[in-house]
Amino acid sequence: MTALWIGVIGTSLIAFALKYLGHSVPEKYLKNERMLRINTLIPIVLLSALVAVQTVGDKSKLVIDQRLAGVAVACIALALKSPYFVVVVSAAVTSAAIYNFG
Amino acid sequence: MSSVNRATVTQSLSVSFTVGLYGTAFGAAAVAAGFSILQTCLLSLLTFSGASQFAVVGVMGAGGSALSGIATASLLGIRNGLYGLRMAPVLQVKGFKRVVAAQITIDESTGVAIGQEERGVDAMKQGFWFTGFGVYFFWNLFTLAGALGAQAMGDPSAWGLDAAVPAAFLGLVWPRLHGKFERTLAVSAVLLSLALTPFVAAGIPIIATTLLAVAFGWRARQ
Repeated sequence: MTALWIGVIGTSLIAFALKYLGHSVPEKYLKNERMLRINTLIPIVLLSALVAVQTVGDKSKLVIDQRLAGVAVACIALALKSPYFVVVVSAAVTSAAIYNFG
Repeated sequence: MSSVNRATVTQSLSVSFTVGLYGTAFGAAAVAAGFSILQTCLLSLLTFSGASQFAVVGVMGAGGSALSGIATASLLGIRNGLYGLRMAPVLQVKGFKRVVAAQITIDESTGVAIGQEERGVDAMKQGFWFTGFGVYFFWNLFTLAGALGAQAMGDPSAWGLDAAVPAAFLGLVWPRLHGKFERTLAVSAVLLSLALTPFVAAGIPIIATTLLAVAFGWRARQ
């Protein structure tokens, strides 16, 4: 079995287990204030790190290329409260333009 | 279920379609990262949690191990468990129905259900089921479309997919950055992950940022 298959199956099994656990565990066992507080912060750090690494990371190097321009435009689109698809498409168009014609 | 609440159903379906459209971005990102069309579609059918799916694809596509991909995706999936806690007393389901309810317990189904609170428990249930099934249908449909589209494209960079993926993550995290505290945390995560990138295996810099979440969340804020 390849690593990608392990990733697909492992992610799916744990994703379901977490969902099902929530539906089955009595609430009183999971009402730790600190854990709840940390849990709401986890998406912020993971998603921010993913943005950073995917924008300027290339294996173990940091590279500035067309991706950074695309994500910068996405930032502007978000600041202007654009819909999600405008954010993603504007990043793609900017990056593609620089990659193909830059 | 008693009579169907029209406003609830309208909201459910519009959320379903809009969110489902993002499936295109996921399908394309997964194929660009080297996943097959079958693997891409299975992630949407089985994992069915956007951020987790993007995470495993992002981490492994960047050369991370299966373990770091699974770990990152699973950390993002914990919140679905918390949604389940919130929804279980509303839905009151057992057996197979609980299995189905668990699978469609995501940001949107829970969000719409909670949004119906003033309309009563029946409207909450309807919001949950309609949104859950609706997003499931459209998310999977558009995942397939995106995967097929990306395969036809060839070089992902030529189509800007290399920037579309981080932009998609940015769009997911942006609404959470409402205060100075959250923005400081996000900037810290960016800096830590980039500082670690040259020194540790791919995927680890991302997981390492959970330490920041622990540090920032350890004490209650005033």
